Amino acid sequence: MVDAADLVAEAAAERQTVDFDAVDVEDVSRHYGRRRALAHVSLSVGRGEILGLFGPNGAGKSTLLSVLSTLLRPSTGRVRYGAHLSDEAGDALRGQIGVLGHDLFLYPDLSARENLTFFGRLYGLDTRGGSGLEHLVNQSLAFARLTERADDRAGSFSRGLRQRLALERALLHQPRLLLLDEPFTGLDDESALVLIARLRMLREAGQIVVMATHDFDTAEAVVDRAICIDRGRAWPVTVTGGSLRDRYRRTLQERDQARLEKGTAGH
Amino acid sequence: MGFLGTVWTIARKDLVVEARSRELAYTTLFFAVSVVLVFSFSFVVDGAPLTDAAAGILWVGIAFSGTLALGRTFERERQADTLKALLLSPVERPAIYLGKLVGVLLLMLGVELFVVPIIGLLFQAPVTRAPWLLAGLLAAGTVGFAAVGTLFAAMLMRAHSRDVLLPVLLYPITVPLVIAGVRGTASIFAVEPNLAVAQAWLSMLVFFDAVFLTLALWVFGPVMNE
Amino acid sequence: MQSRSNLVPVFLSLAAVMFAVSPFLIDAAPYEATMGLVQRIFYYHVPSAMVMFASAFVCGIASVVYLVKRSSTADAVALAAAELVVVFGLIVLVTGPLWGIKAWGVWWQWDARLTSSLVLWLIFVSYLLLRRFAGAGSEMLAAAVGVFGMANVPFVYWSVNVWRTIHPTTNVVKSLPPEMGLPFYWCAGAFACLYVGVLLTRLRLEESRMALEAAYAEVED
Repeated sequence: MVDAADLVAEAAAERQTVDFDAVDVEDVSRHYGRRRALAHVSLSVGRGEILGLFGPNGAGKSTLLSVLSTLLRPSTGRVRYGAHLSDEAGDALRGQIGVLGHDLFLYPDLSARENLTFFGRLYGLDTRGGSGLEHLVNQSLAFARLTERADDRAGSFSRGLRQRLALERALLHQPRLLLLDEPFTGLDDESALVLIARLRMLREAGQIVVMATHDFDTAEAVVDRAICIDRGRAWPVTVTGGSLRDRYRRTLQERDQARLEKGTAGH
Repeated sequence: MGFLGTVWTIARKDLVVEARSRELAYTTLFFAVSVVLVFSFSFVVDGAPLTDAAAGILWVGIAFSGTLALGRTFERERQADTLKALLLSPVERPAIYLGKLVGVLLLMLGVELFVVPIIGLLFQAPVTRAPWLLAGLLAAGTVGFAAVGTLFAAMLMRAHSRDVLLPVLLYPITVPLVIAGVRGTASIFAVEPNLAVAQAWLSMLVFFDAVFLTLALWVFGPVMNE
Repeated sequence: MQSRSNLVPVFLSLAAVMFAVSPFLIDAAPYEATMGLVQRIFYYHVPSAMVMFASAFVCGIASVVYLVKRSSTADAVALAAAELVVVFGLIVLVTGPLWGIKAWGVWWQWDARLTSSLVLWLIFVSYLLLRRFAGAGSEMLAAAVGVFGMANVPFVYWSVNVWRTIHPTTNVVKSLPPEMGLPFYWCAGAFACLYVGVLLTRLRLEESRMALEAAYAEVED
């Protein structure tokens, strides 16, 4: 069997790969009209690290992921991908980013295999001609445990199956940076375990992973570092003491305490 | 894979999806035929159509059904947010635009293939008098309409009230195309046809197409990048 | 911004004076035999049409600048210009039929220039509808419409012209007798001053609104 990873590496080289070891968000704000979705967010995440973004709905998690995916421009501030800025690197940089969106990005009328093949072509993975892309697609189907249902319409899958397929779609081109928006929503326990195992594998392989979720219990198993996003602002979650959920709560309490003290000191 | 390869990959994907459900083809065609029928009630007097009515009804049918096709095509890309997935891939923005345009164009031309004979049949319009010239007018007019329409439908994807805004924006801007199409077709269908005039309108349409396409290709990138 | 706002009273008072004087100049102009009194609408009708078309180009160029540079000032200029296309277009579309009822005996004739004005007016009404109803992020979409609106001006004019041409005088300005020329250019100047004055005022309003929004955002921080 052809080694699919080699093929990807070659295809990637042909696309003049933009590679990076870390992603740095520097003082990023973003507003929609009067509403401010992100305010002065700074953070960085490196290879082999899984960063979790936690916070209530509408707090700015998805906006931050969109900014990281280069689809949304920050109003102020910038995002640095190693030596590259999103404005300069352009098309090639997007080839190094994989996104699992909340809406899954799958065509319901295409089969699992057709979905993967279509996106594989867009990512330039068939440059070798021949069967390179086919092997990659088969490999992805195997990872998603969908080999038997490869030719069924994606629309006929359960949420869990679609989620697995969508993850493999996002990973097909072996991106350096993987962005996940609520990856555990609607997953049964088995699918969640598969996802966790897959994420651990990616961490070993040196991937940079950022995921937004509010499922503390499931995420705790994989997240290396957690950041709390509340009303557009980012607060690092305390590293020690108790479960992730407890630490998250304590971080918010400490923040409110600090605000209160600052407020009284000011008057 | 080159630029054109990407364009074709995206267009073919749309055609495969459409071939499975045939939803757009059937609904758009049926809609076009009903438009023709509704209009004929006001433009057929004493059993005979008014002068130039056939040309007008043909183009109104194309414009109306085209809007429907545009709206539905992009609604499909909204279902699972797949337009976002296209924009996230490393392909050039103009390739995405052209891919969607080719898909819409083939659908609209396919519908015209049925509507033109129907017009000929119902209004005794001489559709075979200058077939190549008529085909040229239809193709050029449709390219221009779809070029503007694809851009507007794509950019309205993340806007509120997109269903009404698409025709509201599209019809005034495509007025020159409709005038050229209707007048060109009318001079072919007329009792005393004037093919030179039709040719003049055709070259005008080609010029409009060139300008609209260039502008749309240039605008698509910045507009889709929020 | 400060120097620009100083210009506003200059232009507006200039326009006020010129408009105040204009009836006397128009009254002094020779009486046109066939059309009679109604002919005098021409002194307001044509200048407002000129301003309308100029404003469409201002909007289009500002939209191009916004698409390239994403400068919020360019966006504010485009919005102000688009609103003024609609306002001056309304003057054209009201005075046109007033002339028409006398000249042609009907309120609306599908005359080339009036039809072009109507189409252009509709394009910019749709621009404003988009800005009003599309929600957040509509600036970028509106810029695309602005660009197409500007590019469309010659097309609309051209295609409608070939379609029908029955406008009174094909070459209004060139063939004007000198006694009619002075009041005409005077009125054109008055409309131009009014236009610049109102555009700058609207621009300042929009910039204040943006500053206010920025201030709100600061407070929230």
